[in-house]
Amino acid sequence: MNPEPNAVDAVIDAVSAVFMAVGALMSLAAAIGLLRFPDLMSRMHAATKPQVLGLFLLLAAVGLQLRTWWVWPVLAVAWIFQLLTVPVSAHMVGRAGYRTKHLHKELLSTDELEAVVVKAAKAAREEEEDDGGNHPPSSAIENR
Amino acid sequence: MMELVLTVTAVALALAAAGAIIRIARGPSLLDRVLAADVLLAILGAALCIDMAVNRHLNNLMLVVAISVIGFIGSVTVARFVADRREQPNES
Repeated sequence: MNPEPNAVDAVIDAVSAVFMAVGALMSLAAAIGLLRFPDLMSRMHAATKPQVLGLFLLLAAVGLQLRTWWVWPVLAVAWIFQLLTVPVSAHMVGRAGYRTKHLHKELLSTDELEAVVVKAAKAAREEEEDDGGNHPPSSAIENR
Repeated sequence: MMELVLTVTAVALALAAAGAIIRIARGPSLLDRVLAADVLLAILGAALCIDMAVNRHLNNLMLVVAISVIGFIGSVTVARFVADRREQPNES
């Protein structure tokens, strides 16, 4: 099947070495981004790199080094689990950061959430006014 | 070649962990610290993966999954109960 198994081995080793080096550089890039970016939202952008792409590259390097087919489903399960949990925690952190104003408004190019927040606040205020308008008559009717 | 890769990745991960720890110590708000702690956990998982790849075993795979669970639960819990306690609202 394989005319030169040593050559194939060398190629697989080289590919996994590149994967490991790039995966480690993802972690370094995340740390540099954490140190240099100005606010929470941009730091969250940097922090995602080692969690998804870095872990994918390193798990692929593990699979290439072990050279057995049955490890690939196990590694895929580990990666998919990370892929399911990372967006949820990023959503929670981003939501808490927006609500407690951990962001520089002047650095945003668009703020799509602001329109929704303004609309929800307006709707809540109108509902309150309607309640206030209807309240005295209804209570008067109840009293009668 | 594996020794060279191991050296390069060890240096990169050590620098990355130092940067994350500096951000944990300095970070002006709680959410910055949570984010940096999450990155530190990811760096730890990366180190475990590199150990598995270089030494060709699978002993650490459960640890990698456990680390991602710990990062998930920790950041979600802290983000749920965060409040703004900074002196200046927009120093960030």
